[in-house]
Amino acid sequence: MAQSLDRLRESPSQTAGPYVHIGLTPNVCGISGVYATDLGSIMVNDKTKGERIGVKIRVLDGTGTPLKDALIEIWQADADGLYNSPTEMRGAADPNFFGWGRCPTDMETGVCAFETIKPGRVPFRDGRLMAPHITLWIVARGINLGLHTRLYFSDEENANGEDPILARIEHRIRVPTLIAERQGGTYVFDVHLQGENETVFFDS
Amino acid sequence: MASESGSNRRPETGAFFQRDRTWHPPALTPGYKSSVLRSPQKALLSFDNTLSEIAGPVFGHAMLGELDNDLIHNFAKPGESAIGERIIVHGRVLDERGVGVPGVLIEFWQANAGGRYRHKKDGYLAPLDPNFAGCGRTITGEDGGYGFRTVKPGPYPWPNGPNDWRPAHIHFSVFGHGFAQRLITQMYFQGDPLIWKCPIVRGIADKAAIEALTAILDTQATIPMDALAYKFDIVLRGRRSSLFENRLEGN
Repeated sequence: MAQSLDRLRESPSQTAGPYVHIGLTPNVCGISGVYATDLGSIMVNDKTKGERIGVKIRVLDGTGTPLKDALIEIWQADADGLYNSPTEMRGAADPNFFGWGRCPTDMETGVCAFETIKPGRVPFRDGRLMAPHITLWIVARGINLGLHTRLYFSDEENANGEDPILARIEHRIRVPTLIAERQGGTYVFDVHLQGENETVFFDS
Repeated sequence: MASESGSNRRPETGAFFQRDRTWHPPALTPGYKSSVLRSPQKALLSFDNTLSEIAGPVFGHAMLGELDNDLIHNFAKPGESAIGERIIVHGRVLDERGVGVPGVLIEFWQANAGGRYRHKKDGYLAPLDPNFAGCGRTITGEDGGYGFRTVKPGPYPWPNGPNDWRPAHIHFSVFGHGFAQRLITQMYFQGDPLIWKCPIVRGIADKAAIEALTAILDTQATIPMDALAYKFDIVLRGRRSSLFENRLEGN
């Protein structure tokens, strides 16, 4: 016998279910008057520094059908690569950029559209710079534990080529599953939950 | 946005404990049919947290409206209130080290007392309650404590098996201090026999893990002649001490 570690265990996850909008984006599903606006629906204002970009994300199931009841949250650094978070010790992030957004997939098209800025580069643990990226967190009916992945940018080839996380992907053929395609000022990104093009999801 | 605790504690910057994925339901739980085509099948890419996972958005109490934690009244007409069994749900948000986590945004949503959601996709024949929306939110205090008032949600049938019923439950969305702590789960009620029959709940392998999602009746916290109370603690991933670790660049 030995002493006890006295640790607790994380609360187990359960699916967000089909009615996640009621809780997280009530105005989108017709519940008005409880919250003035839905949290995370607007990410930038006139004073936010950085290049304005659109990000359009779809989530496709194992048959290639877009999910219409999913919810995506994104989390990213500001234009200088700083997070608006108490954990950020390298300096103060842009006060006009919170860095977090939330969007349900459109109930007709399945598209999630964010208006944000292109993030700067954030250092990896050893100080090497990671390529610009946006962290994604995806929940929906049928997803038992929120899915974590990243969106990288197609016009950052050099940075992507030296990114320490992308470099860890053993099957190089899967790297493009994390890279959004630039179309004008908008990056387009499909998340594949299953199949040949299954997105690389993270355990971190 | 720092939490407005007035504390002079240095923010913690360590990485989070590895997530025990055998404790959570796996992605594929065939008894819950919606998971079949929505469950990733390839191995996950594992890596220790970078700053992108360690950092996370923190929300200030200023965003909260007065009735945000009162689902009985936050959608009700003046002088009216939601129909159902009046309850208080309260507890603490802790991390795996047993430390209370302050400044945590918790959002919750639920069906009404008859088991009907205010959502155009819910066609269950139980009626809507004109005074009940089913959403609320709060932020934990300095000790990680939280509480809200609502009505007990009803169980309801759902299209999975030909005769599957969800136990009464409240959905919880929880932000910790790092994005890697982000969690959505559901709270069940002590003594509900439907818990053990539910295909969503049964995706969890360990009975103790299911019990960890089951709120306990707390008669000490009831309001006499007004509301029963249930206690529900939530545990988020713990943070490693960064004392002896190579510090992240810039820290």
